[in-house]
Amino acid sequence: MIELINIHKAFGSQTVLNGLNLKVPAGTTTAVIGPSGEGKSVMLKHMIGLLTPDQGEVLVDGTSILGLGRVELNRIREKFAMVFQNAALFDSMTVYENVAFPLEEKTNLSRDEISSRVETALLEVGLKNVYQKYPDELSGGMKKRVGLARGLLLEPQIVLFDEPTTGLDPVIRRAIHQLIKETQAKFGFTAVIVSHDIPDIFEVAHHIAMLYRGEILQFGTPEEIQGSDHPVVRQFISGSLDGPINSGVA
Amino acid sequence: MGHFLLHTLYALVRQPGRPVHVLKQIRFIGAKSLFVIVLTAGFTGMVLGLQGYYTLAKFGSDGLLGAVVSLSLIRELGPVLSALMVTGRAGSAITAEIGIMRISEQIDAMETMALDPFKYLVSPKFIAAMISLPLLCAIFDVVGIYGGWLVGVKLLGVNPGSYFTEMYRSVEWKDVWSGMVKSFSFGIIIAWVGCYKGYYAGHGAEGVSKATTESVVLASVLVLVWDYFLTSILL
Repeated sequence: MIELINIHKAFGSQTVLNGLNLKVPAGTTTAVIGPSGEGKSVMLKHMIGLLTPDQGEVLVDGTSILGLGRVELNRIREKFAMVFQNAALFDSMTVYENVAFPLEEKTNLSRDEISSRVETALLEVGLKNVYQKYPDELSGGMKKRVGLARGLLLEPQIVLFDEPTTGLDPVIRRAIHQLIKETQAKFGFTAVIVSHDIPDIFEVAHHIAMLYRGEILQFGTPEEIQGSDHPVVRQFISGSLDGPINSGVA
Repeated sequence: MGHFLLHTLYALVRQPGRPVHVLKQIRFIGAKSLFVIVLTAGFTGMVLGLQGYYTLAKFGSDGLLGAVVSLSLIRELGPVLSALMVTGRAGSAITAEIGIMRISEQIDAMETMALDPFKYLVSPKFIAAMISLPLLCAIFDVVGIYGGWLVGVKLLGVNPGSYFTEMYRSVEWKDVWSGMVKSFSFGIIIAWVGCYKGYYAGHGAEGVSKATTESVVLASVLVLVWDYFLTSILL
């Protein structure tokens, strides 16, 4: 389980996270929703130690990851995979090399075994005949699928998705959501998805956390969030122009 | 920057990277710099031959041209000019490559896989620069000496025997050795500055462009400053 306790983070004079608390239940999918620029990706990067908070505590399975040395932190990171907003594929490597990279570096598998696992992983995300293509030859949706295949290859216990469907058309978006839902059910990992996709995300996640002004405003099941009386939550999920989000008064 | 260098040295000892990554970098930093090194070395030797001949001829010592050209190249110009050329060609590219990987979250992706970016990105470049620079310097010296020979002997009529005899007589192993030590340390400077500036590049294309410019300027200045201090120690 991942637990963020009283996280404060500022970049210069701009406060991004302001006493954020969140418990991510193990083995389920939690979606973090909220207006753009509210620090959702920043929060995600705290979970895996890419950013350190100015104040607060980050616990992964009960262990604080703050102040850990590189070796200890890497041991914690072995549990994770992260799928980045822009996929973050290595642009000087082919699709095959990108997906094979963690296997080549972290396992003693033979070349044939690696090849077979890479092909399986790519087929599972619906990709074939793209092995020798470079990332800049792929569409946005294909890149995200390759990122997902690379992330899931080492069978992580926790997968962080940073806006996995941003910029994709509705069909591909639905396909990626379906893929996340199926793989989570199949492998049973803990998933955290940062997303703006209302209402699609309610079908994918078991829990929804609404982040607003650096804090988790509300946490609950999709039904609870959809039935929320909170004006910020109501405005965000309805997409209305009128409400506290625009006026800046919560 | 000091912490970055210490981290790199630690990574070099603990996890120097795969030989294939190092060879790839040697090809990029070393082999692909050959053309510019040979070109620069040839013309540097030729201009040294020209200037040296007319200065020495005033004192009736044009027979010493081989010694002047070879000592200038082996002690100073070879290591320094080859380092400046590699800084411009490969140092800037190292910064741009790592900088783009930084802003496109490729380095973050590596870290989330529990892989140390120093092992894959920084260490191979350091090892490659430390190997390539002395080799490029040696090639610079040889080509430059023949450039001086071409102008001095073939164009201006210096005795071919005296050109090489004076070179053999005046150049000592210590001169060659000090040139190699300089090149080796310049390799560290180029890789250090190039990787550091890329690793901490600012946001967007402008951040990478600024980092690349700063990398070339800083590495060039450091090469010249370090050259002075190293020369004062090695002389």
